[in-house]
Amino acid sequence: MMNKISLWKRFTGSKIIIPLITLAILLLLNLIINKNFFAMEIKDGHLYGNLIDILKGATPIMLISIGLTLVIATKGIDISVGSVVAISCATVAFMIGGDLIIKNGVQVPFTKFPLAIAILTAIVAATAAGMWNGMLVSRVGMQPIIATLILMVAGRGIAMMITKAQIITIYYEPFSFIGNGYLFGLPFSLYIVSVLLLVTLLFVRKTAIGMFIESVGINPTATRFSGINAKNLIFWCYVFTGFCAGIAGVIYCSNVKSADGNNAGNLMELDAILAVVLGGTSLNGGKFYLTGSIIGALIIRTLTTSIWALGVPPEIAEVVKAVVIFIVSVIQSERLRTVLGAMFSRKELAA
Amino acid sequence: MPENTPILEMKGINKHFPGVKALSDVDFRLFKGEVHAIMGQNGAGKSTLIKVLTGVHKQDSGNILLGGKLIKPKSPLDAQRLGISTVYQEVNLCLNLTVAENIFIGRQPMKHGKIDWQTMNKKAEQLLSEKLNLRIDVTQNLSSYSVAIQQMVAIVRVLDISAKVLILDEPTSSLDEHEVELLFKVIRKLRDEGLAIIFITHFLDQTYQIADRITILKNGELVGEYRTAELPKIELVAKMLGKELSEFSFTQRNEEREKGVQATTQAANNVLNIKNLGRRGSIQPFDLSINEGEIVGLAGLLGSGRTEMARLIFGVVKADQGEIKIKGREVNVNAPENAIAAGMGFSPEDRKNEGIVADLSVRENIILALQGRYGALRYIPLKKQNEIVENLINTLGIKTPSADQEVKKLSGGNQQKVLLARWLATQPQILILDEPTRGIDVGAKLEIMELVLNLSKEGMAVIFISSEFEEVICVSNRIAVLRDKEKIAELSGAEISAQSIMQAIAGGKG
Repeated sequence: MMNKISLWKRFTGSKIIIPLITLAILLLLNLIINKNFFAMEIKDGHLYGNLIDILKGATPIMLISIGLTLVIATKGIDISVGSVVAISCATVAFMIGGDLIIKNGVQVPFTKFPLAIAILTAIVAATAAGMWNGMLVSRVGMQPIIATLILMVAGRGIAMMITKAQIITIYYEPFSFIGNGYLFGLPFSLYIVSVLLLVTLLFVRKTAIGMFIESVGINPTATRFSGINAKNLIFWCYVFTGFCAGIAGVIYCSNVKSADGNNAGNLMELDAILAVVLGGTSLNGGKFYLTGSIIGALIIRTLTTSIWALGVPPEIAEVVKAVVIFIVSVIQSERLRTVLGAMFSRKELAA
Repeated sequence: MPENTPILEMKGINKHFPGVKALSDVDFRLFKGEVHAIMGQNGAGKSTLIKVLTGVHKQDSGNILLGGKLIKPKSPLDAQRLGISTVYQEVNLCLNLTVAENIFIGRQPMKHGKIDWQTMNKKAEQLLSEKLNLRIDVTQNLSSYSVAIQQMVAIVRVLDISAKVLILDEPTSSLDEHEVELLFKVIRKLRDEGLAIIFITHFLDQTYQIADRITILKNGELVGEYRTAELPKIELVAKMLGKELSEFSFTQRNEEREKGVQATTQAANNVLNIKNLGRRGSIQPFDLSINEGEIVGLAGLLGSGRTEMARLIFGVVKADQGEIKIKGREVNVNAPENAIAAGMGFSPEDRKNEGIVADLSVRENIILALQGRYGALRYIPLKKQNEIVENLINTLGIKTPSADQEVKKLSGGNQQKVLLARWLATQPQILILDEPTRGIDVGAKLEIMELVLNLSKEGMAVIFISSEFEEVICVSNRIAVLRDKEKIAELSGAEISAQSIMQAIAGGKG
């Protein structure tokens, strides 16, 4: 019994609870408006429905937010992730090539390089971009927002260079499986997210890396005095974020079957930062919540989907989104929670 | 010195801050043509007094008279208008503007609605040469001059605006000897011209070089006003500490003291041997050697270089000369991780900003340095962590509801113990404790001192730093005395007493 209570308390006291409730409320609202919102159907052994759409649509942001959570926990920020998505997307598209070859009225699958090499190159390119960010922040000592601003601007240029300022359309069918394919009834990209989340969770929580990251974010001086090399730690967080953005870029590219240096990953950095914050990780660094960030990404996606579903006029759609996000952010704030907590306990005492 | 009526008089000044009485009934007098030093330990009320005078704070009660007239400065600007100007330790000028611009900023001479550069530069040159005998190119950016010149530009600026009383707040803290002399020349010239100058510094020697009169504060109370010539340095030190010389008679911990003498004779068990370690601008080269089971105290006034010494040994700042040997083996200490690997631990003086990681749990805070030594990937299993942590919580008597409590929710004394536990977990050979008793209650202080003594009995070598001489004397086998960023003496055995420390600081031997 005791154990149950403490478990329950730990659950309600955890940071995940508010994003979860928010997500639940958003989904319920949708259900009230559209009774069929939760409906699923199976077509050709694949699961279809709004929920699946949300999960699938949130994939790139979920992936990026995994890496970004770690960067933000070190009290850093990476605003170049959108551009890194564009670089990765452009690279994979370039390596596959935009050629449509038809023989005897039938399309012949064609790729310039083997698919695996194309994907690997794209992810390596994105990881290298992360290394650049990490070097500027941890070695040169630039402020993270400025350091990553460089790549945010330059990254789009690089992507455009790779695609020669053209939109490359990919006709190579096997590639589209990554972003559009299904495995055991569920979108393939969801498996990628799950594996990355699980591996990252294990890696940060079953080693001391998570604690070191939090420690650096909370008190860099004390951490240094405890003999921990914060520079390397911070470097690898940026590298990992680049890696995550690289995977996101490949999935995004496969999903839309084209690479547009200008628009791929556009403003994704903002959504990813938002996902991390909604998930309970503070921009002041310190304690971080990877699962929270995933839920944050889902909230954003659900919100967007609901706004479309509700038929909110596009002119005010962004305003509605902003209002909801504002409310969630306020609820997340430590100060409000302490104030509310104090009010509650006073009431209890009075009763 | 004209001893008629003071130009500035502060009478019965009281100032409360929430929870502290910063000033109680403080009187202060300043005459024309004198340099008056205000001395006192940290928290004595020096800066509060100056802030009341310059209108940063308003006094709860008491009067300020300037030239016999009651004044109520509302802000530093207001005080300046009345004739009280301050030059701060960090020059608050614009380094990227020229000297002339800095002197006339906000009140540039105008001609036809434009700045009259020629007149401005000419006037600036004139001012500097007339007031300070300083001839420099005033069209150069201020950044191209030394800090001493920058100080002087700041002085000329306030003198030109208004000057009855000039306050110099720690003006020499970032100057080298030559620059200090340059500045003092200027100060003497201004004094001889009849300016009343308040000089705040923690350098004793400089006070004796420049001040005509000294006012001493302690814990917000006036200790007294003295003519410099009539106050021996050692008495000044004693009064800053708030004791009459005759009052010092310590009941020494004879037992430990004897053990200490023994330890020094067993030179075979040398743990730490430092030769000529130093860093320019931080601390003069020093030697220090510690044996197994020995506690060496570092004593000195605030800013004497105690902390700098500890940080140099631990590799927080890099030494530019000298060597460190641990158990006879030379070690390269370029960063804390090297020091830790070599078997050192360091608890910094600023517990909140440099010690604890506030949002992490007690367990995580304790395990941090040990885990740092293992590296991020060789994770210490939770079970093992809990074992280590529980053990340390019990031995040190850390009061916490559980090991998973956030460390920020603990009291200061318990936080300090957590820091101690962090280092004990690494089982160091040498433990450096910088102000481990600051800001914690008396009971916790005694507990921590007791712990340190026990550790040394188990063979640990400890460097113990405290601004409270009594504490250093209580725990130390030997004491290194520091003054003005230099190790000036080492006392051991029967030589150790508050009086001998103060004598060493004051500069006399015996």
